[in-house]
Amino acid sequence: MAVLNEWAFIGVFFSIAWLFPFLPILGARLLAPHKPNSIKQATYECGVETVGDTWVQFKVQYYIYGLIFMVFDVEIVFLFPWALAYKQLDFFGFFAGLLFVFFLFDALVYAWRKDALEWV
Amino acid sequence: MENVCSINNLVACLVQSGMNPDLANLLTALGGVVLVATVPLVTVIFLIWIERKVAARVQDRLGPNRVGPFGLLQSVADAVKMITKEDITPQGADKFIYNLAPIIAFASVVLIWAVIPFTPLHIGADLSIGILYFVAVASIGTIKIMIAGWSSNNKYALLGAFRTIAQLLSYEVPLVLSLLVPVMIGGTLGMQEIVRQQGGMWFFFMAPVAAIMFFIANLAETGRAPFDLLEAESEIIAGYNIEYSGFKWGMFMAGEFMHAFTACLLTVVVFFGGWWGPGVEQIPVLGFIYLGLKTAVIYLFALVLRSTVPRVRIDQLMTLNWKWLVPISVANVIVTAFLLQVIKALGLTPQSGDLIAALPQTIILLVGNVLLGVVVFGFIGRVGRAQRAADQAVQIHTDHDDHSPVPAVGD
Repeated sequence: MAVLNEWAFIGVFFSIAWLFPFLPILGARLLAPHKPNSIKQATYECGVETVGDTWVQFKVQYYIYGLIFMVFDVEIVFLFPWALAYKQLDFFGFFAGLLFVFFLFDALVYAWRKDALEWV
Repeated sequence: MENVCSINNLVACLVQSGMNPDLANLLTALGGVVLVATVPLVTVIFLIWIERKVAARVQDRLGPNRVGPFGLLQSVADAVKMITKEDITPQGADKFIYNLAPIIAFASVVLIWAVIPFTPLHIGADLSIGILYFVAVASIGTIKIMIAGWSSNNKYALLGAFRTIAQLLSYEVPLVLSLLVPVMIGGTLGMQEIVRQQGGMWFFFMAPVAAIMFFIANLAETGRAPFDLLEAESEIIAGYNIEYSGFKWGMFMAGEFMHAFTACLLTVVVFFGGWWGPGVEQIPVLGFIYLGLKTAVIYLFALVLRSTVPRVRIDQLMTLNWKWLVPISVANVIVTAFLLQVIKALGLTPQSGDLIAALPQTIILLVGNVLLGVVVFGFIGRVGRAQRAADQAVQIHTDHDDHSPVPAVGD
């Protein structure tokens, strides 16, 4: 029951957390002036009109970092149970973790060697 | 004792007075949520004041000093002004997502406070997976920047958002890796339990390398200088929130200030003993004060860093993360794991949370961390010297090639 209560708290928190920022914004909507015109709403750019589409294909470098991050993040999720139970593990547990981290690190070394970590 | 109604036994009290138990639970949770969420909402007003005051003092200015005593009410005045400012939605923006982003920005930070242990008794929700909850909720912050930058339909915003995403994603790796170390030492993921484990000795003394990594990664995660590339005024004007105005922009800023404070709070909870302090077991409410004081010290340190350290370039930012912080954190996890096995083999694992029992374990871990630090600094020195030698070689080379005065690379 106690565990359930904790999660009930989180559930309540998640369902009303959006209210804290939403209410001031709503208040601003009621109080603030609202006189839109096309010049005011133009896309902001320094001194010139914007040219072309914003939503274009982007540099691949960002996606490479995203991919390396994915590898690490997924593996770290697997490391958490290991770390949690670490006090009950013996030296075999240490070597199992070492092997796992070695493969994790291997991916980083590979990316490093392939110059994926260089900002170009 | 049983029939005294207080905030600690509210559920039992309500049930006793004839309320449905489910409803009583729900009401208590609701009250708790409002209480927990009020703390950051009130704090953020003073955070902005402190931030401006410290930055002003470092730059030999006065800072806000007109509204209220010492300018304390400046942020309140700013909020009132902001609420009466026109809210402009740019043409071509993806309206729904554009309006959603500031709400997510603020809510994602408030949600972290659900698992912060304020005192031995007072915590929003003592989840058994508190650390994982923090990691999960903190990464919602990345989504807000993505959708704000993308939906604004502005090239600066998109550029800023892409940069920021690359930065936040990268620095999440050392952040989470350094959180593994206290989890290993404490053997728990619950926030309250992690603080309790530090009764004998703060985890900072057992894992200083992890603590420093966590702090640096948090500076980057919250977009603080020297890692404030996400707002880089001189290059991309303001980054992802350039098209926002009025209170929506205010929500981004408030969320950012609060996130920086929350990060320092987390550092204290995980590494600096949270609410522990003299007499806290007799009077639990004192924990709130200790936690606040410790956090204030860390936060002021972060503020002084912000106003004194210059901004790094994006390639330097990425190099620092992937070539230094990530390998060091991985090495740190391995070293700590090995030392914990040694401690276990020697039979030195402390059973109780007092200082003397924790001392042998602390000394072994501290020595290991210091050795790791020495190795790391040795590497930094070697790489730095090699870099300097390479720079000088290039300079001499260009001097011999043509005798025109070419500005040297890297000077």
